[in-house]
Order: sequence, then C-alpha cells, then structure tokens
Amino acid sequence: MLRRIQRETDHPGAVVKICEASFPAPFKEGLEYSSPARGTWNIVHTGMLIPESHQIFVCALGCLRGVVLTAAEMNAMDRYSSIIIREENVLDGTMEELMVGGVADVLEKLPYRPKAVLLFISCQHFFLAYDQNQVFAELREKFPDIRFTDCYMIPTLRKSGLTPDQKMRVQLYSMLENRPKDPQKINLIGSNLPICRSSELVWMLESGGYTFRSIHDCQTFEDYLAMAEASVNLYYEPLARMAAEDLEKRLCQPYLYMPFTFDDEELSKAYAKLSEMLHLPKLDEEPLRRKKREALFAAKELIGDTPVAVDYTLTFRILSLVRLLLTYGFRVTEIYADTFLPEEREDFEWIRENYPEIRISSCVRPWMRFQEREREEKILALGQKAAYFTGTDYFVNLVESGGLYGYDGVVRLAGLMQEAFLHKKDRKSVIQKKGLGCESCI
Amino acid sequence: MRQTAGLISTYSSDEFGICSALYELGGMVVMHDASGCNSTYTTHDEPRWYDMDSMIYISAISEMEAIMGDDEKLIRDLTETALEMKPKFVAVVGAPIPYMIGTDLSAIAAVTEQATGIPCMGFAANGMNYYTKGVSMALEAIVRRFCTGPALRTENLSVNILGATPLDFSLNGSVDSIKDWIRENHMELNACLSMGCTLEDIAGAGNAHVNLVVSYGGLAAARYLKEQYGIPYVAGVPFGERFPVMLAGMLKEAAASGQDLVSYQAVGKNQTPPVPDAPYIGSDSDEGQKNIRYDGEYSGQERRNCQLTGKAQEQKNDSQNKRNVHPQRDKVRISIIGESVFSASLAAAIELDRGISARVLCPLDTEDQLLRECDLRTPEEDDLMEHLLETEIAVGDPMYRVLCRDGQRFYSLPHEAFSGRIYDPVNPNLINRKLEVLSC
Repeated sequence: MLRRIQRETDHPGAVVKICEASFPAPFKEGLEYSSPARGTWNIVHTGMLIPESHQIFVCALGCLRGVVLTAAEMNAMDRYSSIIIREENVLDGTMEELMVGGVADVLEKLPYRPKAVLLFISCQHFFLAYDQNQVFAELREKFPDIRFTDCYMIPTLRKSGLTPDQKMRVQLYSMLENRPKDPQKINLIGSNLPICRSSELVWMLESGGYTFRSIHDCQTFEDYLAMAEASVNLYYEPLARMAAEDLEKRLCQPYLYMPFTFDDEELSKAYAKLSEMLHLPKLDEEPLRRKKREALFAAKELIGDTPVAVDYTLTFRILSLVRLLLTYGFRVTEIYADTFLPEEREDFEWIRENYPEIRISSCVRPWMRFQEREREEKILALGQKAAYFTGTDYFVNLVESGGLYGYDGVVRLAGLMQEAFLHKKDRKSVIQKKGLGCESCI
Repeated sequence: MRQTAGLISTYSSDEFGICSALYELGGMVVMHDASGCNSTYTTHDEPRWYDMDSMIYISAISEMEAIMGDDEKLIRDLTETALEMKPKFVAVVGAPIPYMIGTDLSAIAAVTEQATGIPCMGFAANGMNYYTKGVSMALEAIVRRFCTGPALRTENLSVNILGATPLDFSLNGSVDSIKDWIRENHMELNACLSMGCTLEDIAGAGNAHVNLVVSYGGLAAARYLKEQYGIPYVAGVPFGERFPVMLAGMLKEAAASGQDLVSYQAVGKNQTPPVPDAPYIGSDSDEGQKNIRYDGEYSGQERRNCQLTGKAQEQKNDSQNKRNVHPQRDKVRISIIGESVFSASLAAAIELDRGISARVLCPLDTEDQLLRECDLRTPEEDDLMEHLLETEIAVGDPMYRVLCRDGQRFYSLPHEAFSGRIYDPVNPNLINRKLEVLSC
C-alpha cells in the first residue's frame, strides 16, 4: 500500500527568492533529505576510469552498501571487493592486520591479476589512528607487481579540507609517475565524463597538432601511465584544481583552468590564454558565437514562455547558464541548489538585480520531501533534480555538463532543450539510475 | 579469510534495517551520520522512496562536530525540524562515527523529547551489524513504546505479522499475499509490522491472538508481546502449497494453546513424501526424495518437534554442534542462502511439496531455535564457498551465483537486503503458491 502525505503549508527555510538569498549558501545547515535523482557520479564510478584496476573498500557494512551496489549496478562487480569492518576491529586495534590480510585474500580469490588496486578507507580509519604507511608498505612488498594507491570515502570530512570528490580526483592520477614529456600531448583531467569531440576546444588543439586525451581514452593501464607524458594538463571542472596542482608538483605538468562558463567574454579570455600557452593561432570565435546565438534563438522560439527550472547537477557553473538563458529571454523561474561556487558571485548578483523574483529551492532541506511535485502548467527542467522536484517529464537528462564544452556545448544544450520540450521521458526510471554515462543494469 | 567479500555483495546494515522497519509509521527517522548513508539507504534499500513520502533524514555530521562531540547541534536540528514537521515520533539512529565517539543517542532522544513533547527514541546502531538486527531493534522499540494499553482481544482469531520489511520481502506482493492467506484461512489481520501499517495499528498489536514471525527481525517484538500480553508466536512464512496449510494450522493451535512454535521444525520428521506433479526445482529424478508427508494436520510428534521451550530448547541448542546430520535427511540436495525464517520456511516448503531435502546457509543474525538441525550459519564468504560445494543445487540471491562451482544448478531468488533494487522486476512472489517461478 503506497500513499502520499500531502502538505499544504509553505516550505520554511527551503525556498527563497534570489533577491532575499545569501551567497554562496542560501540555506542554513541542518538535517538533510536525499531526493531520488541519482545521475551524478560517485567515487566508485570515478575510480573505475582507471583501466585494469581493482577497487577494495574497507568499511562498515552501512558504508559498503552504497559502493558495492554502485559497482554491481554498473556491471563492474568483477572489479570491486569489500573488506568488512566489524566492532571487534574497532575495539581491539586490528585494523592493519585486517587490511593486509583482507587485500591478500581478495587478490587470491580474483580470477585475474589487476595492474593496480585502489584501496579505499573510510571515516572510521581517521578516528582509529591506524598505521596507513605500514599497511601500504606491507602490501607493496607482498605484491610487487601491483600498484596500490590510497583512496578515501570520508563524507564526515567533507567540510574540512578537500572534499571526497576533490580527493578522489587527486588520487585518480596518483599512480602516474614522472616520464619524459611529449610537447605535443595535452591531457584533459578531472572530468568524470569525456569531452564531446565536437567542441571547438578539441578542434583547436588537434588542428594545432596536439594529441588531446583524457582518462576516458585509456584502454589499458599502460595508456593510463602514459598520461604522465603530457606537457600540459587542462581542466574545466572546479573540483579538479587540486589534482592539477598535484600533477604540476609531482610530474612538472603545468596546468590551465578552462572555466566552464556560458559567457562569451570569459570563454574568449580562456581560449586566448590557451593560444598563448600552446602557441596556437587565435580562435576565430565569431562563426561559433553566431551558431550559438542561432541555436538559442531557435530553442527560445520553440519553448517560448514555458517556465524553466534548472538544478546544480546539470553543469558546474549553473548561474552562468541561468544568466545566459535569461539574456536570451527564457523564462527561468526556479533554481535548485544549496550552494554556489565562489566564482559565480558576479552571475548571482546580476540575476538578483535583474530577476529578483526567481526562486532558489534547496535540494536537501527536510521540507523538500513534501514539495508539491505535480504542477498544472508544463515545465521544462534542466537536470534530474529539477525534473524530480517539479514533477515534469520534459527534462534535459544531463549531469556534470555531459562533456558539452564551449560554444559548441551551448549549441548542443540548446538542441537538447528542444528535444526535451517536445518529447517526454520516463522520469522515474531515468533519474534513479546512478552515474549517468556509465553502464547500468537498472 | 574472515570479513572479506571478494566476489559478492554485502548485506544491508542495522541503521537501514531501522529505517525500513519504521518507514511507514509517520515518524521522523534521522541517521546520525555524514552525507552518504541517506542516499545509500534510499537508493538501494528502500523501494518505497520514490512513491511514498517518509521523513527519513540524515544529520550530516561533520568532522569538527564529531571531534568536539557537538551533540547540541544535533539536538537543535532535531528539535527545530520536529517542531516544523510534527512527526508522530522521532527516531535517532546511530552509525559508525557516533559509535566511535560514544554518542549517547538515548540521552539525545530524551532531551529532544523534553524539548518537543514528541516521543523520541535513540537507537544504538553502528552500521557494523546486519539489517536484521536493526529491524529487530526497531520493531521491539516501537511496540514497547506505543503498544502499552490493555489487550482487547478481537472476537475472531486475529494475527499480527511481525518482521515484514521490503529488505526481506521486496515490494513484489509477498506481504499482501501473506495477508490474503491469513484471511483465506478464516483469521483476521490485526497489524503488520511494518508494511501497510500505522502507528495506531501498532498501538493495538496487543489485541491479536497470535503473532506470525516472518523474519528474525520480528522475534524480539514477538517476545515482548508474549511477555506483556501473553500472545504466542509462530515463526514461518507460508511458501509453496502444503506448508501454508500446515502453518495456518499451527497459528490456530498456538492461539489455542499459548505455545510458541517454529513451524518448519516439524517438517522433515516422521513424514512421507508427496508425489511430484510437475518438474521444477531438482525434480529431474526421484533420487533424493525423502520420507515426507503432510496431509493438512500435524501430529503430536510434529508439534513437539516445533515447540522450543525449556528442555527441548536446551537439547536443540546442544544439537547445534551436530548440524548437517539430520536423521531423516540422508542427503541434502539443496542449499538455500538467506535470512533464517524466510529460508528455512522455503526449505520446508520444498521438502513438503517436492520431497527434496533442503538446508539453509544463513549468513545473517539469527538464533539457533530459528534454524533446523541441518541448517548452518555461514557468516563469511569462505564459509559459503565451502558449504555450497556440498549440494547439487543452490538457491539464493543472483549475486551469490559467482560462488557456485562449475555446473552447479543455481536458482535465483533475489534478496533486496543483498542485491538492492537490481532484481526488483524479476523478484518472484512465492507466498501460498506453487514454487515453479524460481528461475535458473
């Protein structure tokens, strides 16, 4: 028997007009709700990007549950194992033995020999003061043919220092070792999803004679190791900054941040920097901008004044996108986000000044559980959470930008908006799949 | 090696068992942990999450709050949210970090209750125990807290179902089928803890004549209801065709006698086999059929076999060291992996309907009285690998298939608490029907 609890009252503390919202966190912290939209990636999805690697998580049952089933749902159980922490390990201080013995047992059972092991520890390890150096030294001595790296599932530490997602991006490249540099090789690092090859960024580099690759292009562990040969790392995902800094420090690979902006001028500046750094001819942006304008006008003509709701999982600079849409006349009415990047302040202020009535809704405040999820009018949602909270089947199913970068990225996004406006999706089925872009058996 | 799951999944944990058991009761359940547990539970262990609203939240504890032991923030957040949401009760559920830092969740619940006037309960879960323990803790606590009035026995024989959660029974109609089966057998359903149940139903749980314990998670609540209201319990799940008839008879007998029974203990002793009428599980030959018979009533000997009190219980406990040597089971052909009451009931149903001996490999919390002499506790992956070699057929969650030897026949029976939502579309309802739907 399924039933729905209806709430008639407003959502205190869960929805605010942008003119009344604080930046970068419009809502106060407290108990949190988790909506069923699951398309964003987690550390298991990200770790699986290293070819011929195996993941071993050392955690309590409750913590293992989400990661083992992430691996199972992406049909990757053959690359995943668990070591279960029990009460006695906490009480009697046997964590080191558990980890070394457990990893050895797993490696014996596996029907193949992984080239690398990503050994994940959890919040509990930080409170136990276990000897991590000893564990990894023993493992490396015992299995000299396998590379081990330490990875972290530490949500308790998400507000202090690096977040788990930032740390994962650092560790993702931690097994790269210094190699002679190839001046014609460029890496894109830190993104879960590969960049769309039609992006002018790809064209710009490849027409300049560069080989532009990311971890998604690596078929073997050796391909992965060869990423250390690149002369420059680019990244556009803000979470990847620490990874870029680490690679510069360890492998002497300079990096360049290509902001995931929807603003022509900011993008233009980034391309100019890239040209300068790599001695590339200046990109002729006018034809690209014209295409972008045409795509947005076409989308606007079709979508008209239909309300548009956007959520933070769609892309990294959500307010930059909202500003672009508003500039082209789209009727953006709702933004679903609980925090914004510091670099979004200017866009926030612009929207607040020009469209003060736009509502910002939390995705995690307790009352969002009871948000009325069926609207009378048609809504176009950009992102899974916006689709869920507004109850619309007309939505762009994209997370983490979908690799749509630059002017070309906007053209493609405008196309996806038109498609989403015309064709319903099976919302319940689509948004509950984890790790959009990964294989899924759900 | 103990404690590794090199090839298979791992079970849901105590904190999620608590959430699952309390999900439909109108309370606010708060896991005191960082941000991951909430989405893990609601994605993988809670098939009701999309369609049925429930106040399941997480405290989102941070490193500094943990190090500083900042209980005040939790109490403040609980109080503010409870006063806004007006739940029927508040449950604060422990997790690994509160366990590590020694958080007193009962005290936090007491302070919150004082501040809000809303009943609050603290649960000392730690994410390191199985969901079965969580379900048990939750159901026992909820009946102790809310089922306190005098018993007003219903006129007709009525039954509580204890221990029903989607973690064991999915949303495939099994629990509704158990309810239908109770009615078909001229009994009334009093309360189902806790699917399709309200807090008011639980408050009236003391009015039933008998409790049907359908999982280990229901046993502690059953004992409380016995102690408080004198309600006897019968453990079992009505799988198959013949076993439900037997189980219905035992419910009526227990209601009349006040005697607790573990229904499937009676199967496989002093019985003769039925004649198979269609080929399915293991029925490719007559080999292995046992001396099993059941004709709708059960004998005094069978009743004695399933009574588990006093000396009989002690003898049974003594016999645990001799497991897998059942006098009437000369050759066990099927191993069923899973929760004890669920799996032993299925084993009994297979034995009754098909005359093929089956045993349980139980990786989860249970008690000896909920297992038969031939059944085994197999908490580790290595235990399962070893004992699966001993039978020609295995039945279990599809994620156990990888442990079977080459050529071993494997029948899939998805278990939400193990493989989550992956097999929901193909999870069969085996209640009170022929067992032919198990698929290879």
